[in-house]
Amino acid sequence: MLTLESLEIRQDAFALRADLSLQAGAVVAVIGPSGAGKSTLLNVIAGFFAPVQGRVLWQGQDITTLPPAKRPVSMLFQDNNLFPHLTVAQNVGLGIRPDLRLSKEERFAVSDALRRVGLDGYGARKPGALSGGQQGRVSLARVLVQRRPLILLDEPFAALGPALKSEMLDLVADLARETGATLLMVSHDPSDARRIAPLTILVAEGTALPPQPTDALLDNPPPSLAAYLGD
Amino acid sequence: MKPHLVIATLLAAGPALAQTPELTVYTYDSFVSDWGPGPAVKEAFEAECGCTLNLVGAGDGAALLGRLRLEGARSDADIVLGLDTGLIAAARETGLFMAHTVDTDLDLPVDWTDPLFLPYDWGYFAFVGNRDAAQPADFRALAASDLKIVIQDPRSSTPGLGLLMWVKSAYGDEAAGIWEGLADNIVTVTPGWSEAYGLFLEGEADLVLSYTTSPAYHLIAEEDDSKVALPFTEGHYMQIEVAGKLAATDQPELADQFLRFMLGNAFQSIIPTTNWMYPVIMPEGGLPDGFSTLIQPEKAILAPIDQADALRDLALDEWLRVLSR
Amino acid sequence: MASRPVPLGWHPAGPRAGWAVATLLVAFVVLPLLAVFWRASGASLPGPADWSAVRFTIFQAFLSAIFSVILAIPVARALARRQFPGRSVLITLMGAPFILPVIVAVLGLLAVFGRSGIVNQALAWIGLPPVQIYGLHGVVLAHVFFNLPLATRILLQGWQGIPAERFRLAASLGCQPRDVFRLLEWPMLRATLPGAMLLIFAICLSSFAVALTLGGGPRATTVELAIYQAFRLDFDLGRAAVLSVLQMAIVMLAAGLALRLSLLDGFGRGMDRVPRRWEAEQWPLRVLDCLVLLLAALFLLLPLGAVVWRGLSGLDAIPMQVWRAAWVSLVMALSSTVLTVAMALALAHLALQRRGVEALGLLGIAASPLVIGTGLFLLINPVSDPARWAFAVTVLVNAMAALPFALRVMAPALREIERDFGPLADSLGMTGLARLRGLTLPRLRRPLGFSAGLAAALSMGDLGVIALFADPDRATLPLQILRLMGAYRMDAAAGAGVILLAFSLLLFWLFDRGGRRDADA
Repeated sequence: MLTLESLEIRQDAFALRADLSLQAGAVVAVIGPSGAGKSTLLNVIAGFFAPVQGRVLWQGQDITTLPPAKRPVSMLFQDNNLFPHLTVAQNVGLGIRPDLRLSKEERFAVSDALRRVGLDGYGARKPGALSGGQQGRVSLARVLVQRRPLILLDEPFAALGPALKSEMLDLVADLARETGATLLMVSHDPSDARRIAPLTILVAEGTALPPQPTDALLDNPPPSLAAYLGD
Repeated sequence: MKPHLVIATLLAAGPALAQTPELTVYTYDSFVSDWGPGPAVKEAFEAECGCTLNLVGAGDGAALLGRLRLEGARSDADIVLGLDTGLIAAARETGLFMAHTVDTDLDLPVDWTDPLFLPYDWGYFAFVGNRDAAQPADFRALAASDLKIVIQDPRSSTPGLGLLMWVKSAYGDEAAGIWEGLADNIVTVTPGWSEAYGLFLEGEADLVLSYTTSPAYHLIAEEDDSKVALPFTEGHYMQIEVAGKLAATDQPELADQFLRFMLGNAFQSIIPTTNWMYPVIMPEGGLPDGFSTLIQPEKAILAPIDQADALRDLALDEWLRVLSR
Repeated sequence: MASRPVPLGWHPAGPRAGWAVATLLVAFVVLPLLAVFWRASGASLPGPADWSAVRFTIFQAFLSAIFSVILAIPVARALARRQFPGRSVLITLMGAPFILPVIVAVLGLLAVFGRSGIVNQALAWIGLPPVQIYGLHGVVLAHVFFNLPLATRILLQGWQGIPAERFRLAASLGCQPRDVFRLLEWPMLRATLPGAMLLIFAICLSSFAVALTLGGGPRATTVELAIYQAFRLDFDLGRAAVLSVLQMAIVMLAAGLALRLSLLDGFGRGMDRVPRRWEAEQWPLRVLDCLVLLLAALFLLLPLGAVVWRGLSGLDAIPMQVWRAAWVSLVMALSSTVLTVAMALALAHLALQRRGVEALGLLGIAASPLVIGTGLFLLINPVSDPARWAFAVTVLVNAMAALPFALRVMAPALREIERDFGPLADSLGMTGLARLRGLTLPRLRRPLGFSAGLAAALSMGDLGVIALFADPDRATLPLQILRLMGAYRMDAAAGAGVILLAFSLLLFWLFDRGGRRDADA
């Protein structure tokens, strides 16, 4: 279970509170107006940004002060999810060992992950030689080998076309289901949330509300969300 | 090299080192340079002393004295070779030198009776120019001419200081006036001799402050007789280069042996075509051929050593004042 | 995104190495200074002549920096918006003055601007009176000759830091060259100019031989010369040390000012990418750029050509010792290069958190070599033979002299890398060596190659000797050139100068190329 306990985040004039928890294995969307603090919330969970108050707990353990790599978290950012100077296999391999000294089994795990995201045989290429969708798959392959129980997506597929984006989200939801990981994804598109996330956290007016059923929330949005959705 | 090899080498070399006494001589850099007297002097002395001659170069004469002052009595040096007449007073004041035991009967235009410092070569400062150009006969004529000259800064160069002393000794209270006259002749003032001589050879000036012996280099090494030194009627300021024995030496006998060697034929015959200065004792074969064509100043000028410092400070203030305008 | 998350500060490459290097640098400057003060038993105050030297030094350095930077603007702009064959060769060659030993370069300058130089011959031919190079303007001219390439290179990097998309946007909005300058180029210049000026100011502040040789007389007395006088004529160590402190204080003051003025810096990106500039595709501008490049090339390459021309005739007069010295210099240059790059890398990591560290890099060129050398000698001499330390001291001194340039290139580049890829590397737990190998070194390749090339070339051309630390068996190439000149052998010295130039350029080219080889994305 992921618990955000009386969390308070501040940066200059910006402030966000969160007091909520998620069941392990849940797939949850984070929705809210632009600038409400969706990315910031994920960055706090991932360890890139420190809250001024409160704690982040995973399975009852306080991880508030752990460095990013020590947290049970895989995160995909909006951009720069791959190192352009490393090969596809190296980029995936980093998920296993940051120094890339991989054993035979570990190298096998890398090619297996690539196979599962449909990139069998692409290991020796560099990201620059791949399409946007393929690049997204490489980062998913890395999430796969990282085997972390908590996956955070900060709109990594926003630049892809609608069909491709849906395909990637399905893939990531499948992966999460298979591994039993908890998935937390920021989204601008309500249909993404409906598609794969049964629950949604609404971030608006300085607060991140506890998760509620996605369909109910979107069918009957509170005023702050309604304005954003344009209804 | 592997550590045990180093140790083995040291062990092997150890006894041999212990048997060979070592004489350390501090001198200026151009003395130890491959084109200076150093290599030949080292070979000749080691052949006769059964010792190792360790020549350590340290900048120029002034830097040499600076190093000695920094080291004080702890210095490794047994002998310092390369101070000139302008530095002797300061060197004596350090109290680091002891009297030598060498008889002096030198071919110098002036009497030499200093108990601490022994000359090994000497020369006259002079303006050097091209044979076919105008050749003023004294400082006043030079100042009146429109000839361009390059000189060295007395604060960073020995010849530069020599010129300062030359004008001051020859003209006394009128020196400032001479500098005022020269101001429009001076193309520029360089930090050292090399820069000035280089500028002259590249055609930046008609005359450069150097030595009466400079044309000998072009004559002997390049078979070029187009360079001449200008004889000045005021006389020419001298530079006498000396060596001294340090009081704290652990090789006093060897040091004396070196000083005697320094006045001997082997050393003295090396000097003319490496240091391009006059030897203090005529070598057995006489001077090299090109030297006979050099000008012989009628009057040698040299400020008394104990007054040199005071005169220098006075002259430098004057020089700075006039040329900074 | 209203609130961009800022990193928490797990910088695994760690500032520890940076602190160690910073401490070493400060110690390397402060301890010798203290030693000199100690030996002098106190400080003695500079006299009126010293103060006028301080004034002249600041004035000439200021003028030199201003002119170098202002003249570099059109040159860098022309290089930034024109693609033509030989462009990268021109950029490399234009950097040559910066790495030549002073006296060799001065003789080259004089072959062009001197009394019997090309310019005056041309003037005489058309019946005009000759121009005189000696004086303040000559000092500034020489400093511009040395530093224009550096300023151009810094500004060029700034230009290439402007994304091509911005120019496209400007074109779609119908911006004229004037608008592009106001909207895109000026903000970049506003951010880059102070740093470039500071660097050149600091270099020119410690100028000694150039200022004196071309200054025309004691009017052009610099602080470094005043230090010489204090040390040589008066043996007043206290005054020498005070003057040295003064010189450093001026540089640090200027550094503080420049850091405050420079808002961001885009330095250290690629050199080859020339984005399309719609607004500049007009004939008058093309002609203008062509003219600017031609003039700059003439100004920088003619004196170099004179050096080479003069040296070719001396090549056969070059003695064996010169080749041996070239080898010594090569080994020394490569050692200093490794040290420079390592120190710059460590300091650049520290500078991610404390920008002020970049000013520390300037210590190496702000400190008087004579005073530092004397202090080091005082520290080492009682315990060991200084000649044994000659190699280490020379390598360290050379590395310190190249450090500010390397830091200037690498710090902003590292900042960019950490901004773009730091979070990913953090989330993957790439720390220490793994981060260095997997992220930093490969992404930093170009600035690293450029810094290494600059460091190698600089220390190749550096005199490489503090008189007190002369190593009898290992004379460097620049020292041998001086010795040849001191022994009347000007032809051989000129020939050796060409060899030095060739070695320096070759080293620079090799490293710089190496940094650019198949660097992708």
